Amino acid sequence: MTMSDVNSTVQAHAGIVVEDLQVVTAQGAAPIVRGISFAVTPGSILGLVGESGSGKTTAGLALLAHARPGLKIAAGRVSIGGVSMLNLSARELRTMRGREITYVPQDPATALHPGLRLRTQLAECLRNPADATDERLHRLLEDVGLPDPARILSAFPHELSGGQQQRIAIAMAFAPQPQAILMDEPTTALDVTTQTRVLHLVRAMAQQHRTAIVYVSHDLAVVAALADQVAVMYAGEIVEAGTAAQVLERRLHPYTGALLRAVPDPDQALVLKGLSGHAPDPAHRPPGCAFAARCDLAEDACRLAPPADLVAEPGHVVRCRRMGQTAISRPQAMAQPILSQPQAAPLLTLSGLGAWHGRQVLHDIAIDIAGGRCTAVVGESGSGKTTLARCIAGLHAHWTGDIRLNGAPLRPSAGQRSREQLRRIQYVFQNPYASLNPRQTIGQSLLVAGRHLRGSKAISRSEILAALASVGLPHRAADAFPGQLSGGQRQRAAIARGLICQPDLLVCDEITSALDVSIQATIVELLLRLQQQRGLSMLFVAHNIGLVRSIAQDIIVLQAGRIVESGPTQVVLSAPKAKETARLMQDAPRFAAGLQVAPARHIAPMVV
Amino acid sequence: MTGSGLAAMLLRRLLLGLLTLLLVSLVVFAATQLLPGDVATAILGRTATPARIAALRAALHLNHAPLAQYGLWILGLLHGDLGNSLVTGKPILSDIAGRLYNSSLLVIITAVISLPIAVIAGLAAAVRHDRATDIALSTVALALSALPEFVIGIALIIVSSLAAPHVLPMVSLVQPGHSPLQTPRVLVLPLLTLTLVVFPYVFRMMRGSMIDVLESDYIEMARLKGVSPHRLLIVHALPSALPPTIQAIALTLAYLAGGIVVVEYVFGYAGIGEGIVSAVGTRDLPEIQDFTLILAAVYVCLNIIADVCTVLLTPKLRTRRA
Amino acid sequence: MTILHVFFRRQGWLGTIALLLVVLVLAVVILGPFLAPQSPTDSVDDVFALPAPGEWLGSDVLGRDVLSRVLSGGWRFLTMAAIATILGVGVGSLLGVTAALRGGVLDEMIMRLADVALAFPQLILALLFMSFAGSSLSLVVLVIAVVHMPQVARTLRAAALKVVDEDYVRYSRSIGLPQWRILLLDILPNVRTTLLVESGLRLTFSIALIASLNYLSFGAQPPSADWGLMIHENQIGIESNPWPVIAPVVLIALLSIGINILSDRLSRGAKPRLAASEPDDAA
Repeated sequence: MTMSDVNSTVQAHAGIVVEDLQVVTAQGAAPIVRGISFAVTPGSILGLVGESGSGKTTAGLALLAHARPGLKIAAGRVSIGGVSMLNLSARELRTMRGREITYVPQDPATALHPGLRLRTQLAECLRNPADATDERLHRLLEDVGLPDPARILSAFPHELSGGQQQRIAIAMAFAPQPQAILMDEPTTALDVTTQTRVLHLVRAMAQQHRTAIVYVSHDLAVVAALADQVAVMYAGEIVEAGTAAQVLERRLHPYTGALLRAVPDPDQALVLKGLSGHAPDPAHRPPGCAFAARCDLAEDACRLAPPADLVAEPGHVVRCRRMGQTAISRPQAMAQPILSQPQAAPLLTLSGLGAWHGRQVLHDIAIDIAGGRCTAVVGESGSGKTTLARCIAGLHAHWTGDIRLNGAPLRPSAGQRSREQLRRIQYVFQNPYASLNPRQTIGQSLLVAGRHLRGSKAISRSEILAALASVGLPHRAADAFPGQLSGGQRQRAAIARGLICQPDLLVCDEITSALDVSIQATIVELLLRLQQQRGLSMLFVAHNIGLVRSIAQDIIVLQAGRIVESGPTQVVLSAPKAKETARLMQDAPRFAAGLQVAPARHIAPMVV
Repeated sequence: MTGSGLAAMLLRRLLLGLLTLLLVSLVVFAATQLLPGDVATAILGRTATPARIAALRAALHLNHAPLAQYGLWILGLLHGDLGNSLVTGKPILSDIAGRLYNSSLLVIITAVISLPIAVIAGLAAAVRHDRATDIALSTVALALSALPEFVIGIALIIVSSLAAPHVLPMVSLVQPGHSPLQTPRVLVLPLLTLTLVVFPYVFRMMRGSMIDVLESDYIEMARLKGVSPHRLLIVHALPSALPPTIQAIALTLAYLAGGIVVVEYVFGYAGIGEGIVSAVGTRDLPEIQDFTLILAAVYVCLNIIADVCTVLLTPKLRTRRA
Repeated sequence: MTILHVFFRRQGWLGTIALLLVVLVLAVVILGPFLAPQSPTDSVDDVFALPAPGEWLGSDVLGRDVLSRVLSGGWRFLTMAAIATILGVGVGSLLGVTAALRGGVLDEMIMRLADVALAFPQLILALLFMSFAGSSLSLVVLVIAVVHMPQVARTLRAAALKVVDEDYVRYSRSIGLPQWRILLLDILPNVRTTLLVESGLRLTFSIALIASLNYLSFGAQPPSADWGLMIHENQIGIESNPWPVIAPVVLIALLSIGINILSDRLSRGAKPRLAASEPDDAA
């Protein structure tokens, strides 16, 4: 039995059927994705889940018989409503694309034409553009909850907000009433509240129009909330597929299990477990199971021959030789959420802090930050959390008020502070791809920072190697340039650069948001270890409530530049007092329950 | 943007252009002050009679303070009094009109011939990106863009004289008071030279911006929407690729204001560029000042036109609230 | 493996041909003066004599040996072009990078000055200066260098502005590293490719400008042997003996094309390396 038999009860013609799809690089013929098979019935949603580089977008775009430059579809069958997509003439393909199968891009800000009015772009999506009456177009916009359609139709894309643009893209996808839609991470760029609304919308419209949808995403919680079927991809293959309940509850493939142990939960503090290493390069995949190198359960046989698909139960297929032989461990709640007593004197005291970015972005911030603990700063985008972190680190100088480090006041900008003060507060940036000088080796970066801040005291190579080892990097990383490291490794190097200065406070600005969830968990493990071993204090800026719950003892909730609630994390999140905290908790994606589907005609209009 | 917003933008650009011209005129004037010793003596040489030197000093307002000299020059310009040539003694205005006509003729015909060719070649190369057509055209453009204008001109003279002797004149003499159009043969080689000079800039800009557009997310999106290739190219891609090209075209025309200097000289074509070279050769101070200022004015105007076109063709800039 | 072999693998056949062209012309320029069979400035034959054994390229407008003049006529203007380029790129890039790093009034001043200079055809600017200050060779070099500065400053400023906004510079600032160390450690190494490409481009321009000035006879003066000047002197004799024009035209053309292709290759080679610094986590 193969993956394509998953939905054997379905009539052969309806929805999406993919069989044994293979996409290769145009020159090297290295397979980017291989052996992909799945089926989606009308009205249901398949979540195609994978981390970066897993080939999920490549597999998804093949539904439209499209391959990005440098790739080509080498083998397999894709059928949309009974029409085989891969052997159509260019003309026939055009009549399928945009009519029977449509596409919702990841980032509508770049995928909507900047120079055409939305009326033109929306009308193009109808089966017959001549039908584009005002009434028809207005209805399409009302369907996705966009008010004032007349204004929107005469606007250019840049005049709308990100959420509005995404709704336009969804309206465009549903406009020709297609049989199938491919959605490529359409909510990545949105904040959680908008994301929840857009997911509801997709769900309602899929059922109302009986559309088969493939929803590509890296976010397991989003997929859990949205999809009927889930297919988990790793290194270009589907390793586990079935109904959402089957895959996410039983998690029979070790990779699915590992991923789910890495996903935080907003409702409880979990012990997050990361996945070490990284997926093999498409050109150098091993002969056996691609996951074997990172798998706790792998045995010799796994490395020799590729695993076959095994059927765990009707509709649930797992590509693992060892399926059913060993239990896959499940996430564990933290036994005793670390609740060490706050020290008598706070490490950092903020009072009357106001900050400006043209307009005022922080208002009257007053808070004590305890030593030896991790304090999270949460809030939606634009709430001022990064500005707060930058004021503390001296990277944002336009502030007034008082910030004291162990009682001694800090000057606004780093340039005015003493070296000793600079040394004691170290900053780790969000994007590890930009925070290390690409022309310096990791060792040189550490050396420059350490030498400068620790005065004339020389820093030996062994000390650099020790700093790298403490963040789990091998010795050879010292001589590597950032370009030779993966994102997770670079973030470790950036943390090591902070550690070599022997700081008291590590300011972490969304440091895991550019990383895959399995790598994020390894960074969380690292930070928890550093905190326990060194008594390091941390300020952890984040938007992900679940993540915060797993790492921080204290929490500060910001809204529009003001602190609305603060206290011990578990207390605050379990019983939120502030409206904003409750709202953040409510909108945080979680596995527990699927989305409640709003009646199709009553989709909440969006506030402009 | 509302009409008034566009007008405000235009006004701002015009003021900035005027300011630039003012600064250019100051630079031109200051350059004359660099002359060592007495300007008149320096120009006429040590053997000049005191009477001639005195006449020259008067013509150049040299008896006034530097600031007054500058003021008198600018005031004259504003009244259409460009002064007299030191060499011929005739009013510069009469000389400049004919030269300006000849040069404009050359530039306009060049633009009419070469711009469509370069734009179409650029589009063709972009559509066939990284294939034989593209590689051949791009390599030719790269080679041409490296060559000094006079090398292209001389090469064409050599080729035409060896391949078909006496068919085309090696010098493009135009009688004063006559239009070059009366003897079109003299225009062939200068036009060909300028066409080859202009081609690579416009070609590369058209090709580059079209490739960027064709690789953009929104063109991929349009392809996946099943938009026909024809509509994709004309409605979706071209309007986005044009603004940078139009800017390049205006800049190229502006550049021609400098490029014609050498080309006109190579062919002995009596335009404003050749005028500058001979004026510099004879140290005809008033002519140099007036000619350079006129070329700079042309340059500034074309730059303003380029900016206005760019704004008009880019909705994001057009609809930006002031 | 030879150096040429490695070069071929990285730059392709076009790049390799370009390199060979440049090396060939440079060999003529450097070794030429020692190989010249006759004096480049003495008349040895009739005016515009056709090539013959012993006078392989014939004679010029004054009956001088064309081959000897060609062999001797490259080094001076090339040296001038090189110095002008180094001077122009050096000062221009320093101005641009400083403007980007310091920002504020200094940045505004440098860039507005560059705007004015760019509102002016470069050749005319050069002519203007030389018409008043005379045509000494060091002045030509200085003028060409100054003419390059605004554009170089602009290009390097744009490149440096991107770097200045990167988090690694922000980090260096957060630990209070002095400006000059940030310039040396963070900025310069990361605008290196831009600097190299710009240098190649400017060298092509310098060669074109100096050759043009010499051709307009505002640079090198008779009777010295110079390619640009030779073309000017012998243009009237093309129908009698074209070689005194053909030889320098071909040499200047090959050199310019070679350098231009090389710097173009360089700028393309830079792109994949930049791409490699983008997310490549799981590959």
